Amino acid sequence: MQINSISFTLNGAPRQALAGETILQVATREGIEIAHLCFKEGLAAEGNCRACMVEIDGERVLAPSCCRQPSAGMNVQSDSARAVAAQRGVIELLLSETVPATQVGLAPAHDELRMWARKLDVKTAKFPARAQPKADLSHPAIAVNLEACIQCTRCIRACREAQVNDVLGMALRGADAKIVFDQDDAVDQSTCVGCGECVQACPTGALSSKISAKSTQSAPQVLGKTVASVCPYCGVGCQLDFHVQGNAITHVTGRDGPANASRLCVKGRYGFDYVASPARLTKPLIRIAPKNARYDRVPENWRESFREASWEEALDFAAGGLRKLRDTCGAESLAGFGSAKGSNEEAYLFQKLVRVGFGTNNVDHCTRLCHASSVAALLEGIGSGAVSNPVSDVQFADVVIVIGANPTVNHPVAASFIKNAVKAGTQLIVIDPRHTELARHAAHFLQFKPDTDVALLNAMLYTIVDENLVDEKFVDERTENFAALKVNVQGFSPEAMADICGIPAAQIRHVARLYATAKSAMIMWGMGISQHIHGTDNARCLIALALATGQIGKPGSGLHPLRGQNNVQGASDAGLIPMMFPDYQRVDDPSANARFEKMWGTKLATKPGLTVVEVLGAIEAGVVKGMYIMGENPAMSDPDVQHARAALAALSHLVVQDIFMTETAWLADVVLPATAWPEKNGTVTNTDRLVQMGRKAIDPPGDAREDLWIINQLGRRLGLDWHYDHPRVAYEEMRQAMDSIAGISWERLERHSAVVYPCNDETDAGQPVVFVENFPRENHRAKFVPADLIPAAEQPDTQFPFVLITGRQLEHWHTGAMTRNATVLDALEPSATISIHPDDLQRLNCAAGMRLRVASRRGAIELIARVDEGTPPGVVFIPFAFAEAAANTLTNPVLDPIGKIPEFKFCAVSVSPC
Amino acid sequence: MQTARIPISDLKKPRATPKGRQIAPQVRAEIVGLLGEKPRDRQYLIEYLHLIQDANGHISADHIAALAQALKLSQVEVYEVATFYHHFDVLRDGDAAPPAHTVRICASIACAIAGGQLLFEDLKNSCGADVRVMHAPCVGQCDHAPMAVVDQVQIKTATPQKIAQALTLPRASESTSSSIPAAQISVPEGAFSAFKNFAEGGLPLAQLIATMKDANLRGLGGAGFAAGRKWEIVRSFEGPRAMVVNADEGEPGTFKDRYYLERNPWQFWEGVLIAAWAVEAQTVYVYLRDEYHDLRRAMEAQLTALQMHFPALAASPYRLPQIEMRRGAGAYICGEESALIESVEGKRGIPRLRPPYIAQAGVFGQPTLAHNVETLYWIPEILRKGAAWWRGQGRNGRNGLRSYSVSGRVKTPGVKLAPAGISLHELIDEFCDGMLAGHSLYAYLPGGASGGILPASLANVPLDFDTLQAHDAFIGSAAIVVLSQRDRVRDAALNLMQFFEHESCGQCTPCRVGTRKAAVLMAQENWDEKLLSELSQTMIDASICGLGQAAPNPLLTAMKYFPQEFAR
Repeated sequence: MQINSISFTLNGAPRQALAGETILQVATREGIEIAHLCFKEGLAAEGNCRACMVEIDGERVLAPSCCRQPSAGMNVQSDSARAVAAQRGVIELLLSETVPATQVGLAPAHDELRMWARKLDVKTAKFPARAQPKADLSHPAIAVNLEACIQCTRCIRACREAQVNDVLGMALRGADAKIVFDQDDAVDQSTCVGCGECVQACPTGALSSKISAKSTQSAPQVLGKTVASVCPYCGVGCQLDFHVQGNAITHVTGRDGPANASRLCVKGRYGFDYVASPARLTKPLIRIAPKNARYDRVPENWRESFREASWEEALDFAAGGLRKLRDTCGAESLAGFGSAKGSNEEAYLFQKLVRVGFGTNNVDHCTRLCHASSVAALLEGIGSGAVSNPVSDVQFADVVIVIGANPTVNHPVAASFIKNAVKAGTQLIVIDPRHTELARHAAHFLQFKPDTDVALLNAMLYTIVDENLVDEKFVDERTENFAALKVNVQGFSPEAMADICGIPAAQIRHVARLYATAKSAMIMWGMGISQHIHGTDNARCLIALALATGQIGKPGSGLHPLRGQNNVQGASDAGLIPMMFPDYQRVDDPSANARFEKMWGTKLATKPGLTVVEVLGAIEAGVVKGMYIMGENPAMSDPDVQHARAALAALSHLVVQDIFMTETAWLADVVLPATAWPEKNGTVTNTDRLVQMGRKAIDPPGDAREDLWIINQLGRRLGLDWHYDHPRVAYEEMRQAMDSIAGISWERLERHSAVVYPCNDETDAGQPVVFVENFPRENHRAKFVPADLIPAAEQPDTQFPFVLITGRQLEHWHTGAMTRNATVLDALEPSATISIHPDDLQRLNCAAGMRLRVASRRGAIELIARVDEGTPPGVVFIPFAFAEAAANTLTNPVLDPIGKIPEFKFCAVSVSPC
Repeated sequence: MQTARIPISDLKKPRATPKGRQIAPQVRAEIVGLLGEKPRDRQYLIEYLHLIQDANGHISADHIAALAQALKLSQVEVYEVATFYHHFDVLRDGDAAPPAHTVRICASIACAIAGGQLLFEDLKNSCGADVRVMHAPCVGQCDHAPMAVVDQVQIKTATPQKIAQALTLPRASESTSSSIPAAQISVPEGAFSAFKNFAEGGLPLAQLIATMKDANLRGLGGAGFAAGRKWEIVRSFEGPRAMVVNADEGEPGTFKDRYYLERNPWQFWEGVLIAAWAVEAQTVYVYLRDEYHDLRRAMEAQLTALQMHFPALAASPYRLPQIEMRRGAGAYICGEESALIESVEGKRGIPRLRPPYIAQAGVFGQPTLAHNVETLYWIPEILRKGAAWWRGQGRNGRNGLRSYSVSGRVKTPGVKLAPAGISLHELIDEFCDGMLAGHSLYAYLPGGASGGILPASLANVPLDFDTLQAHDAFIGSAAIVVLSQRDRVRDAALNLMQFFEHESCGQCTPCRVGTRKAAVLMAQENWDEKLLSELSQTMIDASICGLGQAAPNPLLTAMKYFPQEFAR
């Protein structure tokens, strides 16, 4: 018997309820069915549908079993005549109110109301029907058919309790009560972010997904399969189910993974049909026309520049060109960009190919463009580049600082956990030049001036020193170099910094106190911190804040750089970086080098390789002549793209492996058609250090091949005796090279889908919170590294008076290769916009929706004005996903000296009407 | 496979704004101006909606968006509250603003039988485009039926002429506290003696509670829960604690709370202070129904006077709790204590599920004492006169006094302070000067809309808590509506069901759907008695709160006691 269990009687038999269990939960566990509609596991029980009524001895009225916890000795009947009459009465009333969901396009299995009606043998509704509302089909993905609505509010709770998007509500009252979006607005006119959590929660199909409705209508009888996998987009790592019929994904639902609790965002739920885009590459292609680097976008007739080839020919051609350069110009004439969107196994094999097959460390990927500076600062100060605590730890934090990050857009499900914490009492401090959606939930929103991070953060550090808020014990026992920090911050009083960063001194002091004195506090940051030439300094300040106050190394206290891509953590872990082997073992460390030479059975280069932007420079300098680029799009993602494109075009041999004709593939000599995420097996590692299993749901189109197979084939053609026939083979080898995942076997991942590292052996559950006892530096102490003010490389002036910030938007992923080929996402954000403050727009004599020309010293683009009060005057924001107005045409290719990350978050531009 | 790589783009125009409705700067300025220095706290959402409604005569979509932004709420969080309460005229984009004046004609039973419907139709035809004529549920003046409310001015025994005259006066909302009688806003000599005695330590808490239990003062809002016992229960939960005063009397036929608040407000306030002290409530919320506009102005002035009378000095033995007025907005359901608490918190007034009971977790999660106005009113008097005095009142074996709100076909309707347990016959004969000329007793409602309908043959039953259950009825707030041979009970029952349909919060299926289905079925010439009985049982057994559970009472008692009306 369980401790703390309660004995009671249900339907005549003795039962045990665990602490906190409701009667309905006990019944379900015991296999007793009680009708229920408004209750859904994971959402708060509301008890409003009244279908689950039970009779309790001694009580005047019946009780809702979903809300009521049994007490000792209680005698409960769910099957008494009175209880059943009430259950049936409720079901009959709801039947009389609604039209079956089948009539609105969903499979009958989804109609929980009619399922219970069948089970309770309620055949017809004797009551007069209600007048039915009109359907709202305005949104590209979400259909609203309120004629099937039973007002159970599951959608509202999904929208407001789980996702905290606060879009859905119940308007009016009584029989007129109605589910509404915002102010009863059409969905597409509302603030709905399209996450579809409401659809997933709806028991009757009143809210449904248009895509699934369409697919199931076309083949309602075909029994499909469900494949458990992981979302291919951001670093949050939401688990999901691909629902498959034939070789088509019909829809996607959230799985209860550790990082998402069944939640998804609009990209994860509705951004999957890029895999079926007619634009997919299906045949290997070999260039037949000269390269043209001067383009705004890939021309419509791109096919005329290539010819189709067999895999044999294409692989021979691809490998042959690389081999020839290696053998004639030397290993340093080659470089490879792997992908943070591929699997760990692909990343591992890719870097091994470059290191062993090419013979160079010139291997990098897009981490260089996102968190390279954060990782540099973390490795320097803490000894590890990964997060100290998972996102979900915000629930244990009294204070959460989110700085330079817009998680409601870029990490929507992570943002939902932050908002959940706020609802439960956590104080949120948002620090950002732009007023983001998260700012509404913040106790303190500091809209500071762009580029003044160090001023603001040092002023907070000053306050902590000045007001004796330092955790002396922690500093003494676990850190070094605090004296230097203390001296350095003397010049940064909040009073002196207030004008520089635009935040009143009192507010700086207040939030510093709040953070320092909190029982537990997390700092989460994004690209707003990292993408500056002082990105490493910015991160150093955040680390110093945590160290000075002892806010690290315990639940709810730590540092969390929100990782951008689904596998940017894993790709970095796997050694897809020029200065490190897998597990951050430095290539110039003799012992590490020896370890890998032994393991890989070959001599390895000891010189760290070139980073992403450095490679482009090396091409211009004539050093690098050949490249292998897998699933990356530097021709869109790198700063000053016209320049980057020219460099890529100058390569004598460029091999690109991708699923679409990207801007980069357009410059290739040979294009290898690869697989999309749902078309292969493999593991990915999320921002929480959670290694998760992705499973193949569908076959790739045409002749497209699995990426691992392609890398393996190229390796063989470069003279390596490779037999990586299955990701498991690569994974198990990787495990030998990486102590962090030593305990996570492929079988374990197949079984559990997710295991967090560090994980020492098969019995280790994994450690979600690290640095509890020491830091992985040589002396086990973390190090303070002081930072001074360094202004952005390019300041606004009369010719280029605006500051440009680039970034992402909710619907579009990175350079848009996938999302702009996803119909729903494309419909929601069809083309490029520039967010600009209404006052600036007025000064330009322009109106919202007008076409503007934006120019920098490097180029110009044209796009539509989106008036946005959240963007401060003097600043404009442009997402970089749109090829027809590539934001990186404008950006400044200057680098942070340590992290080698470009300054995407600050350059000077002019804005004028077209 | 000839599709181009870039799918659309130039063809589709992107949004020129972020998602959702944007706020015009002038509307934002208007809202900021209206709110002034007031706290940006969502608990005042309904108060702020009143500010907008009073200033504009309506609430536009832009207002809602701007108010949401000011309170850091989402639009729907404001919209769903605004549309829940009937006194807010929420406009959607493109809706025309309502006419300058609104005339509300009471549609509840006492006014209905006094010609309310004829008045309504008359006005509908005669009023111009600048006047909106609409039905309203009971406005708490049933002894002056038929009632009309012109903007914020109540018109007793309304006629088209009286209403036309009222419409010529300046807008009622502009009337100020200057119209409040001075006696109502200055603390009289010798007031608060019982409270002072208690606060000065002259009456130990244990004795106070013992006195209340001894008197057996029961909750006069209708639930009848013993006040002293309630205090003990609330005190058993750790503080901070709170108190809510239910001045939302909305049960059709009930007007006794207004009666006492108008005639002797200071005794009411004294009761508030004593009860708050008894449970050590740090905050008191007085929730007054919106229909009582004059009373609200008077009570706001009284509260100011009270705070001056007992200044918040550290040395003062009479430390007052923080007392806040809350203005209802047209929702009968907010008379239900947990719905009232939701409304106090600035939300839709939907009842909470129990457990937990509000004594444990009430307003803002604090242990909460809830009292009806009249219950509080009697506390000081019982303390001054003793428990035995109260207990010694009563008739037919019952104890205490009850304030019966009598309306309908009697000669002198009104609030009748009478012995608890008095029968209807006695009440009419001794307190109401008998039936109206030409009317003979046919039926009566012993407890407003919810308490059922009893036949004349049961006019000798004692009217009190616990005495009517055997007859499938209950006393509730003691709203007695007397019907005569000129009335049809089935009409009354339909009127009451329509009232419940109108006032159901919509949260639970049995009440939301049940009240509407029942109203539709009862409007038919032939009642489907079997189906109505079945439906009633579901509503009684499965509704969340008393509204849905009691809503079938009139129809069930109509079918039980008045079969002649249903004979085919």
